[in-house]
Amino acid sequence: MSLVSDLLAGDHRALARTITNIENRTAGYRELVSELHEHTGTADVIGVTGSPGAGKSTLVDKLTRQYRDDDLTVGVLAIDPSSPFTGGSVLGDRIRMGSTTGDMDVFVRSMSARGRLGGLSTATADAVKALDAFGKDKIIIETVGAGQNEIDIVKTADTVAVLVPPGTGDDIQMLKAGIFEIGDVFVVNKADLSGADRIVKELREMIRTREDYTPERNGTTGIDRSIDRTATEWEPQVVETVASAGEGVGELVSVLQEHADYLADSGKRTERARRRYAEEITTHLREDLHRLTAREIDAQGGLDDLAAAVTRRETDPYTIVDELLAPIEECVEQRAERERAENEP
Amino acid sequence: MSAEQGREQRTIRCLVAKVGLDGHDRGAHVIARAFRDAGFEVIYSGLHKSPDEIVQAAVQEDVDVLGISILSGAHNTLVPKIIEGLEEYNALSDTLVILGGIVPEDDRPELREMGVAEIFGPGASMEETTQFVRENAPER
Repeated sequence: MSLVSDLLAGDHRALARTITNIENRTAGYRELVSELHEHTGTADVIGVTGSPGAGKSTLVDKLTRQYRDDDLTVGVLAIDPSSPFTGGSVLGDRIRMGSTTGDMDVFVRSMSARGRLGGLSTATADAVKALDAFGKDKIIIETVGAGQNEIDIVKTADTVAVLVPPGTGDDIQMLKAGIFEIGDVFVVNKADLSGADRIVKELREMIRTREDYTPERNGTTGIDRSIDRTATEWEPQVVETVASAGEGVGELVSVLQEHADYLADSGKRTERARRRYAEEITTHLREDLHRLTAREIDAQGGLDDLAAAVTRRETDPYTIVDELLAPIEECVEQRAERERAENEP
Repeated sequence: MSAEQGREQRTIRCLVAKVGLDGHDRGAHVIARAFRDAGFEVIYSGLHKSPDEIVQAAVQEDVDVLGISILSGAHNTLVPKIIEGLEEYNALSDTLVILGGIVPEDDRPELREMGVAEIFGPGASMEETTQFVRENAPER
C-alpha cells in the first residue's frame, strides 16, 4: 500500500490522509493500521487533560516549543467535543498553538468526537500509531478531562498530566471523578493566580492519602512501606506553571522525562503497553462482534420486530440472545471439539 | 465483510482561515458557526496567519474545504501563495478552496483560474455557502 510507504518515508500528506481514513473508518483503514503497527513503539506518548479553560492548549504549545528546542519532533492530537445535535464542531485548539506554526516537524491534528461513543478512543489510539510510525519523538494527546470517554483516551498515553487551575473550588471536585487516579503529573497552571498555593497543598495531601490505600502497601510496616514506595512506585508530582508566560515549562518537561525514565527502568512501560493492547484487543473484539450480531439481528427481521415479539410475551430477551448467539457458540464448540480430537493420540 | 467493517463516518472538514494583516474576523466567526451547525468539523485558524501557516494547517488537518476570509484587499498577493503551497504538497486537487470577503469583480476571473472554486461577497447567505460546500466537497 503506497500510503503506508509514503507515510514511513516522511510524507506529511500521507500521514494526514492516514489519520483521515482512521477517523472516517474508510474501507481499508484497518489494514492500514495493521501495517503501521510494527513500526510503532518508539514515541513517548503524553496525555494532557483538564477542565475547559485550564490552559491545556497553551501549555501544549509551550511544551511543544520546548521539545522543538531540544530537537525532538512532536505530534499533537487535539481532541474537542462535538455537538451531539448536529455532529458539527469548531476545533479551536490550533489557534493557541501559535509558537510552532510554520514548523512542519510539529504535526498538529484536531479531532472531534463525532458523536461516536467510545469509538473516539479507538480512533485516537490508531492516530497515535500513525504519528508513532511516522517517527515522532513525542506525541501529545490533549483532551478535556470529563467523563469516561476522555479517561479512555488519556489511557492511550504513557504519561498523563492533569491540569488544575486555581480559582474555582470545583477543580478538586473534578479530580475525584476518576481523573485523579490516572494522573502521573499534576500541573497547577495559572500558578500566578491567588489560591495556587492552596491547590498545590491540597493536591499533595490527596497524593499522600491516596497512597494509604494502595493495595501493595497493606500488611507492611510504615517504614518499610516508604522505602518500598520510593523504590518501585511512582509518586505523582505536582508542578506549577504559568503556561501563557512559559514559566515552569522546563520543570514540567524534566518531570515528564523522569516519569518516562521511571517507566522504562521499572519495566512499567512494557507492562502498561501490554495492558493497553489487551484492552485494544477486547475493544475491537467487542465492536466486531457487535457488528456481526447486528447483521444477524437484521437477518432476523430487525431489532424492532424482536422487541415487539418480547412485548407480546411470545419470547423473552434472554431467549432471543441465546438464539442469536447460537451459530457463534456452535462454531466455537465445533472448533474446540476438533482441537480436542486432534490432540488425542 | 470489509464493507461493513468500514462503516464509514465521513464528515466534511473545513479550515476557516484568516490570512495576512486583516483583523476583521466577525465574518469568519459567523461562517465557522454556520458550518458547525451544518454538521461540519470546523478548524478556525485564528487571526493574522501567514500563507505558509494556512497551508500547513490545511495539509495536517487534511481538510476537504479551505475557506479563506480576506477583507483587506490583499487577496491577489495572499491567495496565490496559499494555492502554490497547497500544490507543493499535492493537496490542491482535492481541496475545495473558497474565498469570502471583499473581492472586486475584476479580480475574480484570475482567482478562479488559479483554483478558487467560488467567491462569496457581501450579501451571500449562509444557506448558499453551506449548500455549495455540501455539493462541491471533493470526493476522496
